[in-house]
Amino acid sequence: MSNYTPVELMTIAASRALSNDDVCFVGIGAPSAACNLARLTHAPDITLIYESGTIGTKPDVLPLSIGDGELCDTAVTTVPVPEMFRYWLQGGRITIGFLSAAQLDRFGNINTTVIGDYFAPKVRLPGGGGAPEIAGSCGEIYITMQQSTRGFVEKIDFFTSFGHGTGGTAREEIGLTTKGPTLLITDLAIWKPDPATREFTVVSLHPGVTREQMAKSVGWEIRYADDVETTPPPTEQELAVLRDLHARTKLAHQQPAGA
Amino acid sequence: MAKFMPLRDAIAEFLHDGDEVAFEGFTHLIPHAAAHEAIRQGRRNLTLVRLTPDIIYDQMIGMGCASRIVFSYAGNPGVGLLHRLRDAVENAWPNPIEICEHSHAALANAYEAGASGLHCAIFRGYKGADLPKVNKDIKTVICPFSGEELAAVRAVRPDVSIIHAQKADRDGNVLVEGIVGVQKEAVLAAKHAVVTVEEVVDDLDVHPNACILPGWTVSAICEVPGAAHPSYAHGYYGRDNSFYLEWDRISADRELFTAWMKDNVLDETPKVFVSRVAALRSGT
Repeated sequence: MSNYTPVELMTIAASRALSNDDVCFVGIGAPSAACNLARLTHAPDITLIYESGTIGTKPDVLPLSIGDGELCDTAVTTVPVPEMFRYWLQGGRITIGFLSAAQLDRFGNINTTVIGDYFAPKVRLPGGGGAPEIAGSCGEIYITMQQSTRGFVEKIDFFTSFGHGTGGTAREEIGLTTKGPTLLITDLAIWKPDPATREFTVVSLHPGVTREQMAKSVGWEIRYADDVETTPPPTEQELAVLRDLHARTKLAHQQPAGA
Repeated sequence: MAKFMPLRDAIAEFLHDGDEVAFEGFTHLIPHAAAHEAIRQGRRNLTLVRLTPDIIYDQMIGMGCASRIVFSYAGNPGVGLLHRLRDAVENAWPNPIEICEHSHAALANAYEAGASGLHCAIFRGYKGADLPKVNKDIKTVICPFSGEELAAVRAVRPDVSIIHAQKADRDGNVLVEGIVGVQKEAVLAAKHAVVTVEEVVDDLDVHPNACILPGWTVSAICEVPGAAHPSYAHGYYGRDNSFYLEWDRISADRELFTAWMKDNVLDETPKVFVSRVAALRSGT
């Protein structure tokens, strides 16, 4: 299967990282597509949780928001939002938090709050939502986003969610007992933190991606693992299921406006 | 005890200039008709509290109702940014606005603390995050039993909370179902609560653990079918996702926004909402 886009491979590679036993707190956008693709392919029993309180949801189309009715209709149970954050997230029941970012640094620290100064912003972004505590309380964090020098920066403008701080044992030092970011999946590569420094290191390049192309899309000097693998391309089944999901979603979101 | 009254009268009686108010609904059951009524009545200097300001506060901010906003995610969910909120924060249009920004966990806990009669919510959060540096309502406490440092935030205790719900019975007991969000906490944290409902029925016909707000916890009930549009009411009509996409265009331009608000809010009444959801009735 050679006819696919980099974003399709990003979603598919991210979905492969999830298993049937995972309890996954799902962010909207790329994470939501990856998590539902996993559910519709190799991980039918994965538990997907959205911050609207929907636990064990199995939507037929991707939700536009984290609180679409489809999520509640197909959930095992729907709990109040305070309970969601207290019992389920803070209580330590969630194995993987799946996040995206506007700005990301080499240690997996995330900014979705502001570009520029907080009190005189160049661009005011939406903010953290559930992410600051997802980043702290989930067993581990997967991040998925497209590479660009705007997004992959040397220094983020605001710490919305803490990853590995300045690296090494930074998490332990501020009292975090969870693993933090353990996987970064982009449209060009798969990255994992170095065991000692915690700096994201490229472990796999997607088919055809060059190191030169990588350097142009990242704002820091990239570290590579000793043996960089090539990400397996999408299978026909993965691609067909993903495209079906997007087609159903597009149709559903285009139904007539009432205003 | 809940009074049944027209929405116009409820907003006039219970929401005043300078109030701290929470129009709540976590994506679901957002009380848009009530917000439009507040805009028509020209409320000013409000402190608006909501986890997700969403379109409802984008409209109120753009129409000059707010001087302060307490929130945790200021995006158009699944679409992008909130242009009117951004314009207020970045360019002080139509007026400057003070922001008090939290995470969802913090604000959900803060509502729960308000409903619990506390001034402070305590939880494990904000570790390593920058928000505590820019929001003086985020502090820390030491757990007296484990020694763990925990986040402490100011409770939310609004002057008035306004929610939408599916239905009320004739005694004013209110049923909320589906994604219940912080509806119960918002009502119980506030001095007064105004609830719009899809319908008033003889019997709520629910199981014993349903989310019910007894009539004596609510100040006013207003029957306004469709009042959540473009949000939704589970069991009645679906979310108008295409309008959320359309709002990105309408709200991006000050003149287009102002004209849209005149035609669709200032020159309208709560009665228009029922027609807005007519085509969305098949979904939930």
